[in-house]
Amino acid sequence: MSVAPERTIEEAASAHVRVTRSRRPVRWSIAVVVVAIVALAALPYVVYTGTTDTLVNFFILLTMASMWNLLAGYAGLVSVGQQAFIGLGAYIVLLLGLHSVNPFAAVPLAAVGCGILALPISLLVMRLRGGYFAIATWVVADTCEQLVARSQTLGGGTGAGVAGFQGVDPTLLSANTYWVALAVTVVALASVYLVLRSRLGLVLTAVRDNEIGARSLGTRVTRAKRIVYLVAGAGCGAAGALLAVSQRFVQPGSVFSVQWSAEMIFVTVIGGIGTIEGPIVGAAVFFILQQTLSQYGAWYLIILGVVAIAVAIWTPRGLWGLVSRRVHVRLFPVGYWLWPRSGRNDARTTAPERSGDPASGEVPG
Amino acid sequence: MTGPFRDDPHRGAGPDAASPVLEVRDLTVFHGQLRALSGVSLQVDAGRVHAIIGANGAGKSTLLRTIAGLHRPAEGAILLDGEDVTRRSPHSRVDAGIALVPEGRRLFPSLTVEENILVGQRRVAERPWTPERVYELFPWMRERRDQRTAQLSGGEQQAVAIGRALAANPRALLLDELSLGLAPVVVRQIYGLMPELLSSGMAVLLVEQDVSQAVRTASTVQCLLEGRTTLEGRPEEFTPEQIEAAYFGLASSRATE
Amino acid sequence: MTWVNAVVQGILLGGLFALFACGLSLLFGTMRVINLAHGDLAVVAAFLAVEIVPTTHLPAILSFLIVLPIFLGLGYVGQRTLIQTALDRGAFTVLLVTFGLSVVIENVLLELYSANSHSIDIGSLVSKSIHVNAQISIAYLSLGIFVVAVIVLLGLQYFLSRSTMGRQIRAVADDQDAAQLVGIDYRHVFGVAAAIAFATVALAGLAFGMYSSFAPSSGQGPLIYAFEAVVIGGLGSLWGTLVGGIILGVAQAVGGQIDPSLQILAGNLVFLAVIALRPEGIFKGRVAA
Repeated sequence: MSVAPERTIEEAASAHVRVTRSRRPVRWSIAVVVVAIVALAALPYVVYTGTTDTLVNFFILLTMASMWNLLAGYAGLVSVGQQAFIGLGAYIVLLLGLHSVNPFAAVPLAAVGCGILALPISLLVMRLRGGYFAIATWVVADTCEQLVARSQTLGGGTGAGVAGFQGVDPTLLSANTYWVALAVTVVALASVYLVLRSRLGLVLTAVRDNEIGARSLGTRVTRAKRIVYLVAGAGCGAAGALLAVSQRFVQPGSVFSVQWSAEMIFVTVIGGIGTIEGPIVGAAVFFILQQTLSQYGAWYLIILGVVAIAVAIWTPRGLWGLVSRRVHVRLFPVGYWLWPRSGRNDARTTAPERSGDPASGEVPG
Repeated sequence: MTGPFRDDPHRGAGPDAASPVLEVRDLTVFHGQLRALSGVSLQVDAGRVHAIIGANGAGKSTLLRTIAGLHRPAEGAILLDGEDVTRRSPHSRVDAGIALVPEGRRLFPSLTVEENILVGQRRVAERPWTPERVYELFPWMRERRDQRTAQLSGGEQQAVAIGRALAANPRALLLDELSLGLAPVVVRQIYGLMPELLSSGMAVLLVEQDVSQAVRTASTVQCLLEGRTTLEGRPEEFTPEQIEAAYFGLASSRATE
Repeated sequence: MTWVNAVVQGILLGGLFALFACGLSLLFGTMRVINLAHGDLAVVAAFLAVEIVPTTHLPAILSFLIVLPIFLGLGYVGQRTLIQTALDRGAFTVLLVTFGLSVVIENVLLELYSANSHSIDIGSLVSKSIHVNAQISIAYLSLGIFVVAVIVLLGLQYFLSRSTMGRQIRAVADDQDAAQLVGIDYRHVFGVAAAIAFATVALAGLAFGMYSSFAPSSGQGPLIYAFEAVVIGGLGSLWGTLVGGIILGVAQAVGGQIDPSLQILAGNLVFLAVIALRPEGIFKGRVAA
């Protein structure tokens, strides 16, 4: 691959324009994020276990939603079967627990395991596109549930308790669970951020904006999508492992339930698909709704469903999309800003908005 | 540059030239940020052929598709027999009397030859075009009516596409790049049918890459360049050099004004 | 042999699957819509029958006389309002909207009827069968459903190939833009196609409700079976849907014969095998996934 001509063009271009990843220096974003993480980590010393337990559920949901957002919002793969990996992650923790592996240590192992299992599954389901891909993922999840439920060692259809928690102080256990959940979420969000900033992210954005043009990139596109599928599988596996650790009981009907997909999807769509901040906003909204409406049974799901439909049709960029359009804030900068080299530090051009959001137009595949 | 139509007194069977069948006024069309047409106007009378010529990207197809209703103009108006159809949806324009034979034929692959013609049937009361009349125009079609259109040659497909548009009994027939992908002898055959099409009083607006064919067939010709009219008038008023200049934009020449 | 009986039952079950699948196939073929609420709509039809039948004193087997027109209207209106709006945004939005609808419908039914099982009571008909020999017996109901499925498919085939509207539906499915250019109001055509699809879903739901008991979340199974039947048989082929349904039915029946808990798993594995070996299905239709 000849390098010389490209460098000349790059040099010529950069003589007139400076390219940065964000509007304000990145160190501000990093500082904000670090402060937030430290504050969250300190919570178990400050609040009751009830609050941290609720936050664990929030983190689990946020991890799942971020993964679904990566899949659907960036790779255009609408999966209704991520619960396969949630369930598999939970059962890996259970299985490892039967072999005396500490459940907390089992969490990263479950993530890796699910990432590996996602490879053969991707070879299967990615042979279909669009809605048929979606259903295939659901069938795979259903099949995993059926297969796992046949194993008596793993508790069969009724489920089994996770070993390794006996004799541990409940408050400490709660705190440990919280910290592991926080760590998983941070790693998950960081992974998504890194994937999108990388070359992979560029390929994905190109695919999202123009599938046919991106086809000229050939196998790169399929490979990019597959990598995303593996990452999402690992992430959901970690979330499932967290479920096993926090609930200390794993049952096929619960961990493999399509309800998880419903929640992932609604959270991401309402929060804002195709942005990293979106799932955070969506998960927060979801939680508030769930806490306030939980006594009304199925109503919170009905309301969420209706809101998600309304958002999908009328404000496809979600709640975060409404905000970021006005304020031009990106907590996680993954695009590019162009600054003319005139000595002034403000952008004359507006931010290169990512056009072709999947929710506002056709999504590839 | 004379041809069969040039001095043919039967070429135009239109009533009075004061009321054009199809009229376009100051049409401006955008494709996103790109201005595809700027202030284009034209008139076609009953029984007349008006040809639009121009290089690729000049806006010829956009013009026809806008008249057919597939694009909304930013400015301007489209009138059919004096009635403003600018706001009407594509399918209701067909009911009003505009029929487009699109570029590339766009026949329905799942439908047979006859089904393609039947599905285009509109304004049956207006007559005269029925599938039977179409088969009189293209006799070979009668035996092949139950064949899938994918098995036909390019010229045969073009004939079916024309038949499908005729079945709508249009007042204004729009033809987009008839000659594309067809052998010259086939093109001449198809253009040879023009008198019969015009005899029912319809106005024909055609877009044609082949300038000499356009100039042979049409009573009036209009050249577009980058969305603007660079030349307009009867073909015999221009020299080949003038047409070439208008086509490539070497100088802006108008027969009128 | 009981295996032969299992295969026979499977074939008949395939009729029910095909009935579920043909609406899905029609919607996808015409407007590229994947309706994830498909199964839940069938359950709504079944609940409707359970509600309506006692008040009208109609024999349950004739409940379709009321439910079918309701679903025809529901399909047309639903298409021209909600689905069309979603379609204008893109295929992605349609998937999201139909998925949202599925969740909403299931939970509304849950609120109205709780998780209890219901059934459409057709009286003694449910247990009457033809005893072919000592091992093989064919229930009247199963046979009836299979016959209805074949009639519906034949009717659909005839409608699409001979009628004016059927021709227009095929034209719009081929090329939406060109269809507009020949004067077809594609939105209206979509509405008609959706109405027909909804009607078949209603029939499938009624059949399902008579055949087995159902609850608010029972729609998930039929949705998956319908998709599996379509994928196995071949996308875009109406008769492929019947063949796919039969293959799925036989797989489930044979699996269930080995062990009742293997029934659904067996069907899933056949589906996954088809994806692995021949994703375009058995019969090639016009439309690729």
